[in-house]
Amino acid sequence: MWWRSASFILDRNDNLLQDDSVPKAESRMLSPPSSSMAETLHNPNPIPINNISAYYQTRAAHHGVVTSDWLAQAQAAVGHDQDTLPSDPDSSRNSSSSEKPFSVIDEFNNWRKQPDLAEAVAAIRALASVIRSSEATTMMELQRELKTASDSLKSWDTTSISLTAGCDLFMRYVTRTSAVEYEDFNAAKSRFLERALKFGEISYKARKIIAMLGQDFIFNGCTILVHGFSRVVLEILKTAAQSKKVFRVLCTEGRPDRTGLRFANELAKLDVPVKLLIDSAVAYSMDEVDMVIVGADGVVESGGIINMMGTYQIALVAKSMDKPVYVAAESYKFARLYPLDQKDMVPALRAVDFGVPIPKKVEVETSARDYTPPQYLTLLFTDLGVLTPSVVSDELIQLYL
Amino acid sequence: MDPRRPSRVIDPKVRKVGFFTPGPPPDRTQSGPAATTPTQSPVSNTLSPVMIPPARHASDNLSRAVGMPVPAAPQLHGHPPVDSLQVGSYTLSDSVLSASPTRSPSSRVGLDGEFSEDSVNWMKRNNSGRFSVVLPTGGPDMTQSIEASIDENTGDHVAELPLKNPKPLKAKTTKAERRALQEAQRAAKATAKGGEGNKSVATSATSAPAQTSKPVRQPNQKKEGPVLVSSTLVPEKKGSEKPPEKDRKKEVPPPRMQFDDKNRVEKAKKRSVVKQTEARNRVELFRHLPQYERGNQLSDLESKFFQLDHVHPAVYKVGLQFLSGDIMWSNARCTAMLQAFQKVIEDYSTPPEKTLTRDLTAKINSSVSFLIECRPLSISMGNAIRFLKARITKIPLTQTESEAKTSLSSDIDRYINEKILLADKVIVGHAVTKIRDGDVLLTYGSSSLIEMILLHAHELRRQFRVVIVDSRPNHEGRVLLRKLVEKGLSCTYTHINAVSYIMHEVTRVFLGAASVLSNGTIYSTVGTACIAMVAHAYHVPVLVCCESYKFHERVQLDSICSNELGDPDVIAKVPGRRDNCLDDWASKEGLQLLNLAYDVTPADYVSMIVTEHGMIPPTSVPVIVREYGREHILI
Repeated sequence: MWWRSASFILDRNDNLLQDDSVPKAESRMLSPPSSSMAETLHNPNPIPINNISAYYQTRAAHHGVVTSDWLAQAQAAVGHDQDTLPSDPDSSRNSSSSEKPFSVIDEFNNWRKQPDLAEAVAAIRALASVIRSSEATTMMELQRELKTASDSLKSWDTTSISLTAGCDLFMRYVTRTSAVEYEDFNAAKSRFLERALKFGEISYKARKIIAMLGQDFIFNGCTILVHGFSRVVLEILKTAAQSKKVFRVLCTEGRPDRTGLRFANELAKLDVPVKLLIDSAVAYSMDEVDMVIVGADGVVESGGIINMMGTYQIALVAKSMDKPVYVAAESYKFARLYPLDQKDMVPALRAVDFGVPIPKKVEVETSARDYTPPQYLTLLFTDLGVLTPSVVSDELIQLYL
Repeated sequence: MDPRRPSRVIDPKVRKVGFFTPGPPPDRTQSGPAATTPTQSPVSNTLSPVMIPPARHASDNLSRAVGMPVPAAPQLHGHPPVDSLQVGSYTLSDSVLSASPTRSPSSRVGLDGEFSEDSVNWMKRNNSGRFSVVLPTGGPDMTQSIEASIDENTGDHVAELPLKNPKPLKAKTTKAERRALQEAQRAAKATAKGGEGNKSVATSATSAPAQTSKPVRQPNQKKEGPVLVSSTLVPEKKGSEKPPEKDRKKEVPPPRMQFDDKNRVEKAKKRSVVKQTEARNRVELFRHLPQYERGNQLSDLESKFFQLDHVHPAVYKVGLQFLSGDIMWSNARCTAMLQAFQKVIEDYSTPPEKTLTRDLTAKINSSVSFLIECRPLSISMGNAIRFLKARITKIPLTQTESEAKTSLSSDIDRYINEKILLADKVIVGHAVTKIRDGDVLLTYGSSSLIEMILLHAHELRRQFRVVIVDSRPNHEGRVLLRKLVEKGLSCTYTHINAVSYIMHEVTRVFLGAASVLSNGTIYSTVGTACIAMVAHAYHVPVLVCCESYKFHERVQLDSICSNELGDPDVIAKVPGRRDNCLDDWASKEGLQLLNLAYDVTPADYVSMIVTEHGMIPPTSVPVIVREYGREHILI
């Protein structure tokens, strides 16, 4: 699966990306954790408070509504924290491993502080550093160590599909190599590490690849409906805007955490015409929409996606109006799940604020995501290429069996 | 294609990214003139609807492959043969190669390595002498027949078939068959030199494995392959000289016997062990399937017990059980058959001046054909037989007989264990995760696998209710009902007539399958399609549970061309009613009863297929077939 990564398109468009990718890398490193995020970070609690999915807490921390003064604060914080914050992840790893016993969770949290880095990629990097700092002397030992590390990561947040899938795929990719038969343990270990780093690299690049693939589908003068805040979708739109395409974006509000507002904010910065909708205005404005692009929390084996609440209804409306629905998802989100219906998933809950007190007797639906079956999706933009939904299962079968 | 169009059509450039393969198939030397490429698109395969499933016979394939490009070259009608030969062979190879990237990119993905290999063989075959003769001689009437059939079916899906053909072709011929074939061909060459050519080769070759066993139906079926296919093949057979060795190796079992061909049926009858009389008043559409009068076969066969010395008693017993319907479930049938073969192998000793591999294959073949006479094979049994034969041919010559026998016997044990018993356990584990508290599960008929799933879920103390839908005439569901109620599950029993009434309270439908075909179609007990469609209409997820040894690379679009006919009398009789108005239905002119055994459920109505490899969507069946199809045989 991974060796088929379409990463070559990055090489092809090297010059195009060169100018903007470098400074961004810097800013990614230096971005500080927001205050709310710091709370979640120092609370690596497998059972989140108030039954709220840790995944969505992190997301809220990363993509919560950004006000201008928050930005100003953040900017200031960058200046302040530059020295104190471990800007170089390697140094932080070294210090942590030398001073206290290595903990994969700490490492993971360290990586996770970068808001631009997906959770799964953070996990993948954390697992790679498990290999690096491992003191195992046999292959079996190392594998077992990896296994426990990935299990502890997975149990850190069971509601995050991409985290689980990323860990699983990492284990598959890294340990499924001839290195196991190497006689020299060190050689085998370095082979493991090499694969781990490569995997991390591929996963990290995934968003760029998808952006390159996806922007081809955006044509001049089109109207795109997006839902929620997805970094991949933003990257696609950014790439399209940079290649001088003229298009318009309709943003849903994305209740309850109103991630759509943040998305609109980001787009406005790019000078893309953007219009905000309330979530219930999707059908109303669908006839002026040319395509729907959504991200995904996870891509399941049927080829359907699990994504933020409301994706399913948007897909239904789009289907009935014959508009294409494109999903942008990195391949580390491919999960071995097969929901048959909406209730057939691990529930991820998220508090909903209605603005007014809700009487005790009234029940509130707090599910944070829904499942969109494959028949409502047109294409998936992944770093493996542009796939039809049915290919997802083919890829998964080939990887896991 | 313009990527800016807001259409769902995929930009080819992007598409290429998704499916890029390590490299093009190595042997692309012979690329035809570009002008011919577009012509192949509208022309589909020349399969007549009745002959769809068995893409097995080499000559059958060849005729198809040749037939495809021919109409595209209009000059064929008027031009001298030499000219058309060029065109024909060029367009052919061109269409085969050029069709691959554009037409079926998805099928190309996994084929990667093997595709190129196949395509090489394919090309070699195409360029062989045989073809060159086909075109000129078969000219006029062939084009006619082809054009006729093109009018009927110009579907895109069929156009992909010639691509797929090489693969099943390869899989179908076991080494033993091929070797037997060669042997026979050599013999044929010695006797009738050249003159009769291919014809005699074909006939004697196919009957070769059966030489040791007199009354077999199989060779007969084989013989009829070419005749059945179409008239286009006859000139080919006569005209060509000996085809190259490579071609003959590709000879494979022919399509199933078509029972509406009187001559063949007569001949088959002469050879058969079981004395069967053809049923009267057969339904027109299903004439090509075997149907016999029931009732007297069993006693007839029993009386012959001491005369049939070539049939091993164990096989004989299993055959009788099939005939009487004692063993009905497909897993049970397959296991029983394999165990009988195990006994055959145990009691086997190689006759002098014969090799074990060849003689044992013949022996197994004769047993198989005996079983077929008792009841047509299921697809799972066909797969198991394929496996066994592959094992037999794999036995090295250096191995002693007893060693070979023990290894075969343990192979069979392993097959039963891994492919059936263990697979069942894994499937049960997967399927149980889809049963939640408060579910109402609907199942149809009786499947051993579904029974295990339900019982296991009950053991896990899931709170659920089961609706068992049953149908006449077999009432299989009652067996299941009895077993479930004994274990304390809460059950509802109803007949298929009531399925639309009961469906609205159901949350999951669990179905078993006799086979899963590579387009995701479920081939299962008749009535299954009805259940699945009703469930789909009510938005109830349909889960099909099936071990992957029952998967088959065949594609079937309807339940007509390949099916099994049951005894029509059972549907005429209504138990409990004193005077059946249909008692003498057979004597009535114009009244036909149809008792079908299987039907096909299109993949659209299936939400998920549960196999031991995990839960997969029906679209992924070809992946399983591709990745594990060979493994079934090689184990």
